[in-house]
Amino acid sequence: MQKTGAQILVDSLLAEGVDTIFGYPGGVVLPIYDVLYDSEIRHILTRHEQGAAHAADGYARASGKPGVCLATSGPGATNLVTGIANAYMDSVPMVAITGQVATSLLGRDSFQEADITGITLPITKHNFLVKDPKDIARTVREAFYIATSGRPGPVLIDMPKDVSSGVAEHIEPGPVQLPGYVAKKEPDPEQVARAVRAIEEAERPVIYAGGGVVSGGAHGELLELSEMLLIPVATTLMGLGGFPGNHPLSVGMLGMHGSKYANYAVNECDLLIGVGVRFDDRVTSKLEEFAPGATIMHIDIDPAEIGKNVDVDIPVVGDVRLALRQIIKRLKPRLASRWRDKIAIWKKEHPFGFEENGRIKPQQVIQEICNVTKGNARITTEVGQHQMWAAQYYTFTRPRTFISSGGLGTMGFGFPAAIGVQVACPDETVIDIAGDGSIQMNIQELATAVHYKLPVKIAIMNNGFLGMVRQWQELFYNRRYSYTELENPDFVKLAEAYGAVGIRVSKKSEVRPALEEAMAVEKPVVIDFPIEREENVYPMVPPGEPIHKMLG
Amino acid sequence: MRHTLAVLVENNPGVLARVAGLFSRRGFNIDSLAVGRTENPDVSRMTIVVDGDDRVLEQVTKQLHKLVDVIKINDITVDEYVDRELVLIKVNADPAQRGEVMQIADVFRARIVDLGRRTLTLECTGNEGKINAFEESLRPYGIKELVRTGKIAMVRGSKYTGYHDNGTKEEN
Repeated sequence: MQKTGAQILVDSLLAEGVDTIFGYPGGVVLPIYDVLYDSEIRHILTRHEQGAAHAADGYARASGKPGVCLATSGPGATNLVTGIANAYMDSVPMVAITGQVATSLLGRDSFQEADITGITLPITKHNFLVKDPKDIARTVREAFYIATSGRPGPVLIDMPKDVSSGVAEHIEPGPVQLPGYVAKKEPDPEQVARAVRAIEEAERPVIYAGGGVVSGGAHGELLELSEMLLIPVATTLMGLGGFPGNHPLSVGMLGMHGSKYANYAVNECDLLIGVGVRFDDRVTSKLEEFAPGATIMHIDIDPAEIGKNVDVDIPVVGDVRLALRQIIKRLKPRLASRWRDKIAIWKKEHPFGFEENGRIKPQQVIQEICNVTKGNARITTEVGQHQMWAAQYYTFTRPRTFISSGGLGTMGFGFPAAIGVQVACPDETVIDIAGDGSIQMNIQELATAVHYKLPVKIAIMNNGFLGMVRQWQELFYNRRYSYTELENPDFVKLAEAYGAVGIRVSKKSEVRPALEEAMAVEKPVVIDFPIEREENVYPMVPPGEPIHKMLG
Repeated sequence: MRHTLAVLVENNPGVLARVAGLFSRRGFNIDSLAVGRTENPDVSRMTIVVDGDDRVLEQVTKQLHKLVDVIKINDITVDEYVDRELVLIKVNADPAQRGEVMQIADVFRARIVDLGRRTLTLECTGNEGKINAFEESLRPYGIKELVRTGKIAMVRGSKYTGYHDNGTKEEN
């Protein structure tokens, strides 16, 4: 059957099970928008393309389905770039569709032309420039396959206007045939056997679990492995929720702002079992002294991660869920070890803590958010001190409940991501824990939340500073606060101007009532918490130090 | 250590940019890269000479494998292989010196492909060592212009690293 390219595109998206697109219209995507007008796909109009990309990202992380965003050529496409890079760094399945000038105008610096496939080469898993409407259906099939299989990631499809408005036969693509793309799943039995031996022989093993556990749906297997041999589990920022934070074997987050006991455990372990992790520098700090006495095991679906940053003694390449399953199958359970007792003592001796002084402490606000929501909310964060406090003081017990920009550290991510999360999970409480700096990077999306009646709550930890930068200036630049103090708008009035609800908290006793009030409102709510201005995030591994040498 | 990689890629637009961009942004050092299509018009072959220790080479190979357009990679460094490079050299050659230059050409089995009033342009093929020696021999006369293709290579004997029908990537 003959159809326009735009029609083929939308039909192909439906065939992939797409129900929601986050996007922003413009000249060369008009043919696509015209088809969307009658389509059953829900289109969420954000107020900035970056918001669309982050919303698609949040949608994907919460639902496990690929997120889809759509933008016009040129500035529309380049505005997606930060969101795409963010998804790439955190391995989030995403399909970004951009309009492009007509093929006859390509390469002439035409109006609103940008070489977006060239620009996104290093930040996509793959990208396509479609030059003929008959290629659209196959391209969409391949894009979704690449985005969601193996190590997930963003894929971009660039659609020139004459391709989306051109006409072609809609030929259903058959099974994907990509000779150069292998998504290896089954781990090698010999690697599994070596892993089993190493785990059985270890006296002081520690699991270091990352985002791969969450995206690979391996949380059940992780729990089973840990409980079977009483192995303590540390998670990365991306891994939070992949192991229940309230479990006796949980040692919380490790790395720069991890718990002391997690870092001590990693420092003294004899076997470090990395599961779906990438040995990021925020975790390892000084590489040469990371887990110095340990045999390193690394379970990951991406072979290129093995040995990228650290030398791995025991690699297991494959889907983490399958790999853990096979390891568990061959292991014999073991009784309590002295190692676990040692960690329990560290946990008791070095708990997270902050000084109470009658003023509003951010850590206390986060604890209250956890209490009020009973730990059941979906939490997104922006990037900075509040992000680390959220990771430290909220107890995450389920996967896909902590959604944060890990690898790229994108300020402005949390709120649009929360919009995507709320779209994916309409019946759940979604809270963006924000800083006063970060929230202003995409605050225009308040209009989106209000328009689509998405009752996202934004809790602003307002200290009038770019807090994390200020903390570094305090510690390493002799308190010279160069351009980190912010003069902020009245966030309550701002919320109200957008048609949202604004709540101002002025003293400690108001924290809990304000949160309860916010939860009771079926609207987007901004809560402004004026927190202690120069509070720091501790513990902290200073840059260049090994992880057991922490400040605070 | 220098390694020679035989890389089969899909003959798609932009594939060279994908490969070259990967090298530059990951900080890998390319010594030479030669590309052209194979017996199968949908498949191109790149011969990449890269400098680095085993660790670097392992990362290069793994990162290349991640590119969707890369079908197969073989590190043929330790294999017996035939390699060739083509060079064109335009060298100063006054009528008085022509004889000498032509003698050098003879020694290296190079060919004279163009003749100017005061220059000769020579073509020579061979492995890297031979091309280097040829270049050095002509240097005293004054090289006006020089262009090398970069190395292409093929494993000797019945072993081959071309495109197989099974369509899978193979690690070596």
